[in-house]
Amino acid sequence: MTQSLLQIRNLSVALPKGADRAFAVHDVSLEVKPAEILCVVGESGSGKSVLTATLMGAAPRGLRVAGGTAEMGGRDLLTLTERQWRDIRGKDIGMIFQEPMASLNPALTVAQQIEEVFELHSDYPRAERAARAKKLVEEMHLPEPDRILKSFPHQLSGGQCQRVVIAMALAMSPKLLIADEPTTALDVTTQAQVLKLIRELRDNHGHGIIFITHDLGVVADIADRIAVMRRGEVVEIGSAEQVLKAPQHDYTKTLIAAVPSLVPRDRPAAETEEAPALTVSALNHSYGAKQVLHDITLSVAPGRVLSIVGESGSGKSTIARNLIRLTDPTSGTIAVGGEPILDLKGGALRRMRRRIQMIFQDPFGSLNPRRKVGPMIARAAMLSGANRAEAVERAKELLELVGLQRNAYDRRPAAFSGGQRQRVGIARALAMRPDVLIADESVSALDVSVQAQVLDLLADLQKRLSLAVVFITHDLRVAAQISDEIVVMSKGHVVERGPANEVLTRPQHPYTRDLIEAAPGRGAF
Amino acid sequence: MFVPYLKKPLVLIGGGLALGWLLVAIFAPLIAPYDPLQTLQPLAKPMVAGAKGELFLFGTDMLGRDIFSRLVWGARTVVIYSTLATLTAYAFGLLFGLIAGYAGGRTDAVLSFLANVVLSFPVLVLYIVIIVVIGASPVNIVIAVTFSSAPAIYRIVRGITIDVASRDFVKAAVTQGESTLRILFVDILPNTTGPLAVDFCLRLGYTAITIGTLGFLGLGLPPPTPDWGGMVNEGRAMAIAFPHLVIFPCIAISSLTLGLSLLADGLREVNDAKERHA
Repeated sequence: MTQSLLQIRNLSVALPKGADRAFAVHDVSLEVKPAEILCVVGESGSGKSVLTATLMGAAPRGLRVAGGTAEMGGRDLLTLTERQWRDIRGKDIGMIFQEPMASLNPALTVAQQIEEVFELHSDYPRAERAARAKKLVEEMHLPEPDRILKSFPHQLSGGQCQRVVIAMALAMSPKLLIADEPTTALDVTTQAQVLKLIRELRDNHGHGIIFITHDLGVVADIADRIAVMRRGEVVEIGSAEQVLKAPQHDYTKTLIAAVPSLVPRDRPAAETEEAPALTVSALNHSYGAKQVLHDITLSVAPGRVLSIVGESGSGKSTIARNLIRLTDPTSGTIAVGGEPILDLKGGALRRMRRRIQMIFQDPFGSLNPRRKVGPMIARAAMLSGANRAEAVERAKELLELVGLQRNAYDRRPAAFSGGQRQRVGIARALAMRPDVLIADESVSALDVSVQAQVLDLLADLQKRLSLAVVFITHDLRVAAQISDEIVVMSKGHVVERGPANEVLTRPQHPYTRDLIEAAPGRGAF
Repeated sequence: MFVPYLKKPLVLIGGGLALGWLLVAIFAPLIAPYDPLQTLQPLAKPMVAGAKGELFLFGTDMLGRDIFSRLVWGARTVVIYSTLATLTAYAFGLLFGLIAGYAGGRTDAVLSFLANVVLSFPVLVLYIVIIVVIGASPVNIVIAVTFSSAPAIYRIVRGITIDVASRDFVKAAVTQGESTLRILFVDILPNTTGPLAVDFCLRLGYTAITIGTLGFLGLGLPPPTPDWGGMVNEGRAMAIAFPHLVIFPCIAISSLTLGLSLLADGLREVNDAKERHA
């Protein structure tokens, strides 16, 4: 039996008085062995980030360790002073954060930042530091290491930055690596590469790794052992095989059931060929000299869902902004119910807006924090022509329709969770009785169990109200759950389109194949 | 909703001082023992009984007027004109800030240029020039303060507006076909109030100082109106022999300003905590 690298026993971290629970982390016991990836999985608020921050001696202000030990190399990490911590961070424990751009200093080159780690923790001479930095960058499979070393963070892509961060974390070959959602901000194909790199670290260098994530797909790809956290407690812990294939705890079962799979859902074929509710043809969009959309042509019939799938920079959000006329395309036409909308102005434009509504990505940014949700929805109804009494009644009906209580009417957004807010956003869009609904990454910010509920709600409403839906997402797995048709975009071009089933099971374009290949947890669920 | 504010000592002390002066201003006729303009006995020392047995709490000035009564009535002048001037400055700053921040482009460029021109003058010089040109009167003081404070308020509002306007709920309002006016005043304006409440308290204090300064420079309210700054000015020449002529008006000005500054600090702390919490 191998010696464990880190042994956490009965760790509790207390929340300040007045929080919704007493402990951020309660009675957690975990161990990490060398050459092992321990995934800590949990949804937002599960305490997983507080746990890692505590292990780095950087618990957020106001939180206090209330008991337990975290033993590493014969020392209890929880009793160290700040001075002792400085010696351990970077040297014995490396840390990788979620936002690669934010964890690098924008004013220093990559070489300077990596060498700085050596300056702090070693007495290597200058030439040795430079040589080691270069070797690290090479090990991260970064192309043109010499160019990368001379670059500033803004000259690199997100994936490259994250690899630089990993290089820095590994500079002193720490025995333990803590990675907090290291791939969440990355595109799916980049994520696959970073995950591969992390597996290599385990296999070739024997690092023990604590990997925090909310994505069970990623877990399935990478974990040796899994700890599932909920409301600060570890509810289940075991080998990856055990937890994923034979989960014991109900919560784990719910989580696993909610993971969207790449297998398309059965959706009835269109009964009759209806005139499309939305047609887009030959849409081009440029920002200055940079063309971000090339000849986009789409159409959606009433009662059908079209997904636009693509990574960041593919132009999918620009299409959404064009559709709701927040920006105007350089050329092309958009028609709602056969009526071209790009030339409309003033009152005519305002009347048209009612027919094409949007559900936004961020449930925290899309509702005005100062307004009560009921009047917000009722106002939308009034703008579409209802009188006050009708509008109030419609708002209350819609709140029920999206699965909230009627008494939610008088509450402000702060009283709702992310998923509930997204329901309010849907109700507000529906209050205008639109023909076309645009959902721009509308479930991306939600926890996986909530995501599944909101997807079900959307699919149900869309069928009942015979809405034409344009569903924009970066996640093929989510698209598989709701689409009749899928359009795959890359760098402003449509590279593949077809019925969801066809695209997912028999992809024609190499890029689509890459996307499917990179989808985390493929085959596990 | 207001409970977190009432738990802050800063808010309590600052608010207490400011509220105290407000009450003094409102109930001036009940509090002041004498008519502030009436000559009673020249240059009586504080707490010394007068010839007819009157008690002059803070003494009397060289024209024999009771300083305590003049301070009490002066509070009314300060409270009324600082508030009025600050409010009008806010009306203009808010209006143009919202427009510039939301419209952007050329509108923003022109308005911001004008604001910067005004802001590039030293404030005091600006006041003096304005008052000298249009004359010293209550209305003109309000105009002068508005003219020189509105650009600073404009800049704050414009900044917040640019931030708020980029949020999705504003886009949602646009896509619902909401009118621009309603978006500005119903969706954006209420979201600017946190930082603005802090600025309002600070600015109210500055304005009180400004009105005091103008009074001191002889550009304030024309005599014999009781005016704190004017009282300091009048007592200046004899301040060495009769320090009570200037000390009490100075304490009045600084206690009001201090109160408002503490209140602003307290509000900011609570707002920041709220933001962190959200």
